[in-house]
Amino acid sequence: MNETNPVLSARKLRKCYGGQPVVDGLNLSIRRGECFGLLGPNGAGKTTTLRLLLGLIAPDAGELRLLDYHVPEEARPARLRVGVVPQMDNLDPDFTVAENLLVYGRYFGMSDAAIEARLPELLEFASLTGKRDARVPTLSGGMKRRLTLARALVNDPEVIFLDEPTTGLDPQARHLIWQRLRELTARGKTLLLTTHFMDEAERLCHRLAVMDNGRLISEGSPRELIEQNIEPQVVEVFGEHAAAWAQDHAARHAQRFEISGESVFCYVLDAQPLLAELQQHPQLRYLHRPANLEDVFLKLTGREMRE
Amino acid sequence: MSKNHFALPRPSLRFVPIWRRNFLVWQKMAGSSILGHLADPVIYMLGLGYGLGGMLPEVGGMSYIAFLAAGTVCYSAMNSASFEALYSGFARMHEQRTWEAILNTPITLDDIVFSEIVWAASKSLLAGMAVLAVIWVLGLSHSPLTLWLIPLALLVGLCFASLGLIVTAIAPGYDFFMYYFTLVITPMVLLCGVFFPVAQLPPLLQNISAILPLTHAIDIARPLLNNVIPAQFLWHVAVLLAYTLLGFYVSLVLFRKRLSQ
Repeated sequence: MNETNPVLSARKLRKCYGGQPVVDGLNLSIRRGECFGLLGPNGAGKTTTLRLLLGLIAPDAGELRLLDYHVPEEARPARLRVGVVPQMDNLDPDFTVAENLLVYGRYFGMSDAAIEARLPELLEFASLTGKRDARVPTLSGGMKRRLTLARALVNDPEVIFLDEPTTGLDPQARHLIWQRLRELTARGKTLLLTTHFMDEAERLCHRLAVMDNGRLISEGSPRELIEQNIEPQVVEVFGEHAAAWAQDHAARHAQRFEISGESVFCYVLDAQPLLAELQQHPQLRYLHRPANLEDVFLKLTGREMRE
Repeated sequence: MSKNHFALPRPSLRFVPIWRRNFLVWQKMAGSSILGHLADPVIYMLGLGYGLGGMLPEVGGMSYIAFLAAGTVCYSAMNSASFEALYSGFARMHEQRTWEAILNTPITLDDIVFSEIVWAASKSLLAGMAVLAVIWVLGLSHSPLTLWLIPLALLVGLCFASLGLIVTAIAPGYDFFMYYFTLVITPMVLLCGVFFPVAQLPPLLQNISAILPLTHAIDIARPLLNNVIPAQFLWHVAVLLAYTLLGFYVSLVLFRKRLSQ
């Protein structure tokens, strides 16, 4: 395989359900060895995109290549070299940790001996060495996620798809997963992950794409996304008079502001004039911080709820 | 529905690891499974066979308990495959998301549906052999032809697994299966000659009976116990195979549709 070819490329990908486009002219290109994040609110089309990329559903239009295979036509050989961590746990509850890995490896046509040989390394990677013979229902949420990650690695894949890998985990469990994902990129694996967590995306991903209504609306490194889309400084103002204050004063000192309940988000190139102004209003509390990915996300996809 | 959904099935040998997965689950509760396959039909056979059989000198040229035993081999094989394809199949597809996990590997939905059919039929094979063991132990037949009941149980299993999967493919939940058992399986048992000869039925019901798959299975099983090669043997096998292929295709189309949502 040509090293300069993208590991995954999609052109004008389109998928409709009941006449409604869920993925609408999507273009995507992922390079070998990068961690690429797909961000978007619920219903943006992230999971459908992953299913299309894996060849689990057929697109209505567009062209798709995964590891130099045409998908969905050649999805079977492509999936031999891919690992998947699904959004919802689908481990086998009747089996032990080791049996889950053994049975899953067989689906890839691996011999029992080859899987057994990989087991110690996989268990070590998932920090489950002592849980080898524990049944799945006895594992914590974090352990189950790590087992799902280990299972996705049983065939030593080149590309790993992760659909919201840390949703529902406590901070300790999330940090352990992040550490493992960074180890995978360090080993040269290509990662494609979807997430709602902007801190996760900012920490892990080399490049990101923000998706909404089935389209990519922005793409780049976390830093580029912030630089391109938003003012560098944010001042959050809180209090019951914050909204009234903003109507009268915010526009004079902020390039842009948004009112959300009793909070006002002011986006500024230079925060000093605004901070000086806020000194005049001791009843208001405020927080001055650099702009982050969450600000970009909310600007691009709006503040209203998606359900 | 996309035209891709109607493509002919293309199962491959990759179904084998799924069969092995189900076998590994089964091994963990083999004791209760074998007990169920043995106890249930044996209790029926002994209870009805001796209880009712005491009042009937002979049915269809054999003792009533032997008559019942031939029906029970088929009935038990049908039940095993149906329960496996409906309840356990639905659990693997929907509740445990086992299919979803498997589909992320090089295995396709065609392989999975094929594996479900073969696995459910494997349980029918076991159920059929359990009843056959009882037939031998009770001395209900001494014919070596009864060995043919073993492949027959497998064929009955393939047939009813395929038909059952159609129901699984459209089921919103477990409650839905009651319709199938009440409206299809129970009438089938009464119409197909498990408990009494089909000739006892009025002509209209006999005509319905003639197209039901269980009738064809029993028409093979009963002569075998009497050490007779069944009349129209190939025809009965062909009917059971036809139901199998039809069920496989229709259920696969419905599963493709369901899982592409």
